[in-house]
Amino acid sequence: MTNSWTDIKNTDLVIIMGGNAAEAHPCGFKWVTEAKATRGAKLVVVDPRFTRSAAVADYYAPIRQGTDIAFLLGVINYLIQNDKIQWDYVKAFTNVGYIVKEGFGYQDGLFTGYDEMKRDYNRSTWDYEIGPDGYAVVDNTLQHPRCVFNLLKQHVSVYTPELVERITGTPKDKFLKVASMMAECSSPTKTMTSMYALGWTQHSKGSQNIRCMAMIQLLLGNIGVRGGGMNALRGHSNIQGLTDIGLMSNLIPGYLTIPTEKEPDFNAYMSTRGFKPLRPNQMSYWQNYKKFFVSFQKAMWGASATADNNWAYDYLPKLDVPAYDVLRAFELMKQGKMNIYFCQGFNPLQAFPNKAKLAEALAKLKLLVIMDPLETETARFWENHGVYNQADPSKIQTEVIQLPTTCFAEDNGSLVNSGRWLQWHWAAGTPPGDAKPDTYIMAQIHLRLKEMYKKDGGAFPDPIVNLTWNYKDPHEPSPDELAKELNGYVVSDVFDPNDPTKKVLEAGKQVPTFGVLRDDGSTAAGCWIYSGCYTEAGNMMARRDNSDPDDTGAYLKWSFAWPANRRIIYNRASCNIDGKPWDDTRKLIWWDGAKWTGYDVPDIAPTAKPQDVGPFIMNPEGVSRLFTRGMMRDGPFPVHYEPFESPVANLIAPKVRGNPVARVFKDDFAQFADVASKEFPYAATSYRLTEHFHYWTKNNHVNSVLQPEFFVEISEQLAKEKSIQNAGWVRVWSKRGSVFAKAYVTKRIRPLMVDGKPVHIVGIPIHWGFVGAAKKGFPANVLTPFVGDANIETPEFKAFLVNIEPSTGPVA
Amino acid sequence: MNMELSRRQFLKTAGAGVAGTTLGALGFGPIEEALASTIKPFRLVNTTEVRNTCTYCSVACGILIFSKGNLAKGEKADITHIEGDTDHPTNRGTLCPKGAALLDIVKSEQRLKQPMIRRAGSDKFEKISWDEALDKIAKAMKADRDANFIAKNNDGVTVNRWLTAGFLAASATTNETAFATYKVVRSTGILAFDNQARV
Repeated sequence: MTNSWTDIKNTDLVIIMGGNAAEAHPCGFKWVTEAKATRGAKLVVVDPRFTRSAAVADYYAPIRQGTDIAFLLGVINYLIQNDKIQWDYVKAFTNVGYIVKEGFGYQDGLFTGYDEMKRDYNRSTWDYEIGPDGYAVVDNTLQHPRCVFNLLKQHVSVYTPELVERITGTPKDKFLKVASMMAECSSPTKTMTSMYALGWTQHSKGSQNIRCMAMIQLLLGNIGVRGGGMNALRGHSNIQGLTDIGLMSNLIPGYLTIPTEKEPDFNAYMSTRGFKPLRPNQMSYWQNYKKFFVSFQKAMWGASATADNNWAYDYLPKLDVPAYDVLRAFELMKQGKMNIYFCQGFNPLQAFPNKAKLAEALAKLKLLVIMDPLETETARFWENHGVYNQADPSKIQTEVIQLPTTCFAEDNGSLVNSGRWLQWHWAAGTPPGDAKPDTYIMAQIHLRLKEMYKKDGGAFPDPIVNLTWNYKDPHEPSPDELAKELNGYVVSDVFDPNDPTKKVLEAGKQVPTFGVLRDDGSTAAGCWIYSGCYTEAGNMMARRDNSDPDDTGAYLKWSFAWPANRRIIYNRASCNIDGKPWDDTRKLIWWDGAKWTGYDVPDIAPTAKPQDVGPFIMNPEGVSRLFTRGMMRDGPFPVHYEPFESPVANLIAPKVRGNPVARVFKDDFAQFADVASKEFPYAATSYRLTEHFHYWTKNNHVNSVLQPEFFVEISEQLAKEKSIQNAGWVRVWSKRGSVFAKAYVTKRIRPLMVDGKPVHIVGIPIHWGFVGAAKKGFPANVLTPFVGDANIETPEFKAFLVNIEPSTGPVA
Repeated sequence: MNMELSRRQFLKTAGAGVAGTTLGALGFGPIEEALASTIKPFRLVNTTEVRNTCTYCSVACGILIFSKGNLAKGEKADITHIEGDTDHPTNRGTLCPKGAALLDIVKSEQRLKQPMIRRAGSDKFEKISWDEALDKIAKAMKADRDANFIAKNNDGVTVNRWLTAGFLAASATTNETAFATYKVVRSTGILAFDNQARV
């Protein structure tokens, strides 16, 4: 989230699209209710289903799953055609006037540089024209034919309300109503918030779904302001934290990146991470990259990371592919190229697409290690459960070690909520039986490896034997010690260069902020964006002062928010170019003539003059991007692409199948249903229910009573067409597998007219499996396709094809 | 919320009132006091109260966990009740159908209680000690890493990666667990490292 849950009360218009907050985030959704009750805010829901969020909306519009970009580009076209743009904001704070290089173009669904064989682009033309002064060339009059505004205007012009209806199935009048409600927020004194979740991410073009709405929010001037923003509701309780700390194949904590093998040494690595400003006076904060990187290496390897060995650059593995994401990991496993796999509090047999493929892959491992508080299907993938999990244990050679871990109620530590608040919690209970904390397990593995490598040697022992592990009890590091490492500390005294008698930083002390981190090895920080969370003043994440001066919703003294305890990021954009708030009734920060001040921690240098320094300090431009250069694999502007399994061909580019640069493994392509398949004619989507959390709560008695049994939702029309009875059994199958479920025939799902053809939707909740307190049932991933988003590999769970028929139910 | 006394302040004030004023001023004698003390005391008196956050979604509702026994004092603590934290700015005491049943996940019959192993070709899990399990894991890792570690690629570039092992990290563990995990996994050269951000 750019903003926070409590900030939603400040909005005028809530758009829930790509999420269902009333169902999946009920206690956060109350802030929508608050905004409606106290400000008269309106709620709009755009979703294939009439969801629980839609049930309390002021306006609901149906949409076919996987067509959000067509809808949103249609909105941008509407805003441009009707001049509903907050021009003062857009001209000052976006790259609307930047000139794009000659040679850049777009035609028939593809940008310049496409290589069909590689399913990739050469993105060299997707960039700005750079002037002789080294800065990007800008035309603030917006007359230049290749300025971003004119390219965008042309790019979206095809997405007329008529075409939007033909692609999305959203009736034209409903689309226009939603577009006009959004357009009202182009006023500087009206804000809209976007609340989205996995309904947008779980597509082969998920990143562009979100980017498209971010562009709308910029055109409306809604980023950095109270009641505005792009608000990713996020799923699990600490998925924000796990991502911040970089537990992904290509990340280093704080959104630094793992080197690739094209960067053989540290100089080559840093050469593409200089982040020289693209306009005069801009902060381009990533210029500090080296300070954060070196401080991370010092946190990892202490005295072994020195200037002489390039801060132990070689201790980091180098990537040969963009990422070893989990889809690639299971593909490698299936090919027999993975021998050992760990699942820490994760149930991939249920959580990733194409269960049959996942089970086949797991059976090729030598060793599977499970660390979990609960029984999982993954731990028992080898066990035969009839139709629910067909397996022959005698033929599966994988050894499985299952380790019992503690749960949230049994440990201390911090979790990061969707609003980036790091909230510390305290252990309340004794763990059951012999369950142990994950920190114990990780320490034991490390200490054993270290001992063996010290004693016997082996492949490159250095990063293991030199890993910083100076905990009071090395067998079980304490949460406080780890939190202090994440915050960062001073390694050696630092003196003022102008006054060598003045000590600026004292060795052994916690750093107060990432602003003091250095690239000379004198500071260490596990995760620079968390600096400030555990300082010499104590554990800031444990703060529990719920005061909120003037009821802005900021709660600056409750826990700690990254970065720098800032609650709304890009908040300098809440003021105009002169530093005056756009809306006096919703002031956030402002320029007092000498410095920035206000209710939030300013997201800009405190004395940066408003006319000089742009609000988007992480970008070398100082402004935000409507045209995103070569930073996304599938285009500098979003394009409507159909899901890989689609009931219709792409109307704007019939030859393009799915996202043209999404990675698809060979065997998986063969398992996709054809476009407009007669064999699989229905458009399916998967989702959560409020009574359940993924595959955990089926282990709870209470939740299993509330929602005991797997079902699928279909419309009355489809039920009639297929002679399916409400509460009767059905079989649903895709090209990858088949499930039995109870049918829930409902008015909440209705067929959509897509280019003159009715498209039926089948809704599939995800929560059942073969272990737990609930009735055995099928997980949705039996059906889903093994393909991810082109940029980040989030699986396409939200749009795929199935068939359905009445059935007598499963035979055990 | 600003207009309200926090629940804790309220309790303190009310408690002082009962002890210092009501009983004495109304002339309760020792018998009445004894009677009053047998009335089931308020749960805050008899249990330890600990602040936590809900383990499910990332709204991160504040919760209060009540236990018999005090973990902070080194005692065994049995969790007896979980409720919403009224002082929390986001949820203000409310919980959803999942949060309201948190006690059930803590006490689920499906909780794992001791290390188990399923041997190759077997149709069951068997008990194994922590030490034996951890030794087995570490030895398997070392053997596989030593056999398959790639120090240099075909072009002679130092790449120091280990591709035949992978680690899928959690999503409900703490930042502190995450960092301990990061350190250990990254130091081995594993690249197939991922988390639940996508699902």
